[in-house]
Amino acid sequence: MNPRTRDRPATTGHSPAPEPASTLETVVRGRVRRARRRRTIIAVLAVLVAAGFAASLMFGQTFYPPGDVARVVFGQEVPGASFTVGRLRLPRAVLAVAAGLSFGLAGVTFQTMLRNPLASPDIIGISSGASAAAVFAIVVLGLSGTAVSTVAVVAALAVALLVHALSARRGAAGTRLILIGIGIGAMMDSVTAHVLDRAAEWDLQEAMRRLTGSLNGATWNETVPVLVVLVLVGPLLLAMSRDLEMFRLGEDTAPALGVRVARTRLLALTGAVGLIAFATAAAGPVAFVAFLSGPIAARLVGPNGSLFLPAALVGALLVLVGDFAGQFLLDSRYPVGVVTGVLGAPYLVYLIVRTNRSEGSL
Amino acid sequence: MTTSTATDRRERSTRRPLPLKTLALVALCTVLVLLAALSVTTGSRQVGWADIVAALGGSTDGFDRAAVAARVPRTLLAVLAGAALGVAGAVMQGVTRNPLADPGILGVNTGAALAVVVGMASFGLASATSFAWVAIAGGAVTAVFVYAVGTLGGGGSTPLKLALAGAATSAALTSFISAVVLSRNDIADNARSWQIGGLGGGTQESLQQILPFLVVGFALCWLCARGLNMLALGDDLAEGLGERVALTRGTASLGAVVLCGATTAVTGPIAFVGLVVPHVCRLLVGADHRWLLPFSALGGGVLLTAADVVGRVVARPVQIDVGIVTALIGAPFFIHIVRRQKVRAL
Repeated sequence: MNPRTRDRPATTGHSPAPEPASTLETVVRGRVRRARRRRTIIAVLAVLVAAGFAASLMFGQTFYPPGDVARVVFGQEVPGASFTVGRLRLPRAVLAVAAGLSFGLAGVTFQTMLRNPLASPDIIGISSGASAAAVFAIVVLGLSGTAVSTVAVVAALAVALLVHALSARRGAAGTRLILIGIGIGAMMDSVTAHVLDRAAEWDLQEAMRRLTGSLNGATWNETVPVLVVLVLVGPLLLAMSRDLEMFRLGEDTAPALGVRVARTRLLALTGAVGLIAFATAAAGPVAFVAFLSGPIAARLVGPNGSLFLPAALVGALLVLVGDFAGQFLLDSRYPVGVVTGVLGAPYLVYLIVRTNRSEGSL
Repeated sequence: MTTSTATDRRERSTRRPLPLKTLALVALCTVLVLLAALSVTTGSRQVGWADIVAALGGSTDGFDRAAVAARVPRTLLAVLAGAALGVAGAVMQGVTRNPLADPGILGVNTGAALAVVVGMASFGLASATSFAWVAIAGGAVTAVFVYAVGTLGGGGSTPLKLALAGAATSAALTSFISAVVLSRNDIADNARSWQIGGLGGGTQESLQQILPFLVVGFALCWLCARGLNMLALGDDLAEGLGERVALTRGTASLGAVVLCGATTAVTGPIAFVGLVVPHVCRLLVGADHRWLLPFSALGGGVLLTAADVVGRVVARPVQIDVGIVTALIGAPFFIHIVRRQKVRAL
C-alpha cells in the first residue's frame, strides 16, 4: 500500500520531487524491456519450430517443393507427394512437435513444482513406468494401438500417484518424492529389460524404440491421442504456471501468497503425467527432452516471467532436430532418443555440476 | 541369572554379543548351504535324486544330468556374486557415509556395462577376464565421477545429491550404450542378453576367470574394515585418531569397484543387492564393519541364491532373471529406507 500512495503524486505530476518518477520509469522500462525480450525469444522459438516442421515435411529421400507440401497439407491430391508427405512425413512431423511440446511442458512443470532441475519425469520413474507398461502390453498381453496407449497412461498415472502417496508422510517433501521416484524407476527399468528379454522374436529396433524413444513408423493412430491431450492439458498447465512458479519460493511461502498448494500440486501432477504418458506411449521416452527443455529455456529467457511456453517450444525443437539429425545427418540411422540422449548427456552433466555447486533451481 | 550382581552384569555385557553374533554367523552359513543345495536340486526341469547324485559325481549323460551339472557353477556364481555385491554395497555405504549408496543406484554397474559394450564393439573382447578388466575400469571412472559430482557444493554428499547424480549419470550412460549397440548389429544380440543380467553366464570357465578379481576385492575391503569404522566418526575425528582418511577411502573404494566390476562382467548389472543386504545385516550385528562385511558377504550370497531359485521355480518353465527378482525385493526396501529418514537428514 505504502509505495503506491507515494507513487501516485509522482505520476500525476503534483509532486515537485522528480526522483520517484524516474525510479519508477526505470523499473517500468526494465520490465517492458525484459517482457519484450521474452516475447522476442518465444517468437523466434515458434518460428524455428515452424521452420523445422516445414523442413521435415520437405526433405527426405526425395525433396518436395513447399508448394506441393502445402497442397498436400490442405488436402489436395498430389501424385507421389500425397503418399510420402501426407501418409509418412506428416504424422511423423506432427508427432515430433506434439510429443516435444508435451515433454517440454511436463518436464518444466515437474522441475518447477519440485524446485529441482534434476527432478524431471524421466529421472523420477514416470517415463519408466509408462514404457514398462507399454512393453508389457505389447509383448505379454499382445495389445496394439490405442490399447497400448491406455495401458501406458494408466501405469504412468499409477506410478505418479504411488510416488506421491509414498512420499506424502507428514507433509509431502519434494526430496523424498524424488528419491522414491528414483527407486521405483529402477524397478520399472528392470521390468522393461526382463519383458524385452522374454520377447525373443522381438527385433532389437523395436526394443530400443521402447527404451530410448523413436518416431519411426509414426501413424495418425499414435499421433492423434497425443494431440488431443496436448490441446486439453496444455492450456490448463499454462494457466496454472503463475501458481506453480510460486512453488519455487518454498512450500511454506506459496500458501502464504494465496496458492492452494495441495490442489495445485495434484492438478499439475495429473496434467503433466497425462502429457508424459500419452507422448511416451506414442514415441517412447525420448531421452532427456523433458529434462533439458526447462533449463535451456531458462538460459534463453532469463528470470523474466514464466518458463512454461518457452520450455514447451524448446522441447518441440529438440525432438524435431534430433529426429532430423538421426535420420539424415549421421552415417547410420538412429532413433531420435539416441540422438537427444547422446547430445544431452554432456549438458546434463554440466547441469548437475552447476546445480550442486550453486544449490539453485533452474 | 536372577541374582544380578555387578560383576555378573559386566560379564554379560562383554560376553553376550559375541556368542549371539557367532550363532547368527553359523545360522547364515547353514542357510546359505541349504539354499545352495536347493539351487542345485531344483530348477525349471524336475530331476530325480539318482540323476542328481550321478551328476554331482561328474556324469553328464542325458538331459537331466546335464541340467544338474550346469546348475553347479550357476549356484557358485550366485553365491560369489551375491557376496561381492553385498560387500561392495556395505563398503560404499561406509565410504560415502550415505545410506542409499549402492552400485546400482550410483551408476557404477551402468558404467561397467558401457565399458564392456564398447569393448565388445570396438576391440572385439570376448572372454570373462577381458570383460572384468574393462568393467572394473569403467566402474571406477563412473564411481569417481558420480561421487565427485554428488559431493560438490555445501553439505557434502547428501543422499539426494548422490542418488540424483547416480541416476542422471546412469541415464546418460544408457543412451551411449544404445548408441553403440544400435550402430553395430553384429554385437547387438550378444550385448543385449548380457546387459539384462542374470546368472545364466555362470560356467566353470568364467568363474575361474573372475575368481582372482574377487579374491583381491574381498581382501582389499577386509583390510579397510577397521578404517571404515573410523570414517563413520567423520573425517576430522578419524584423522585425529590417526587414520589416513584418503588412503582408507581410496583402498576401500577400489576394493568395492573391483568386486562390482568383476561381478558385472559375468552377470550383467544386478541392482539393489548392495543396498538391501548391508542394511539388514546392520540390524543384526550393528555398525562394526569387521562384523558387517562378513555378514554382508553371507547375506548377499543368501539373497542372490534365493532370488535365483525363486526366479527359476515361480513361473516354470519360464525363468525370471535374478535381476528382476532382486529389483522387486529391493525397490520397496529402498523406499522404506527413504521414508524412514527424517526429511532434514535427506
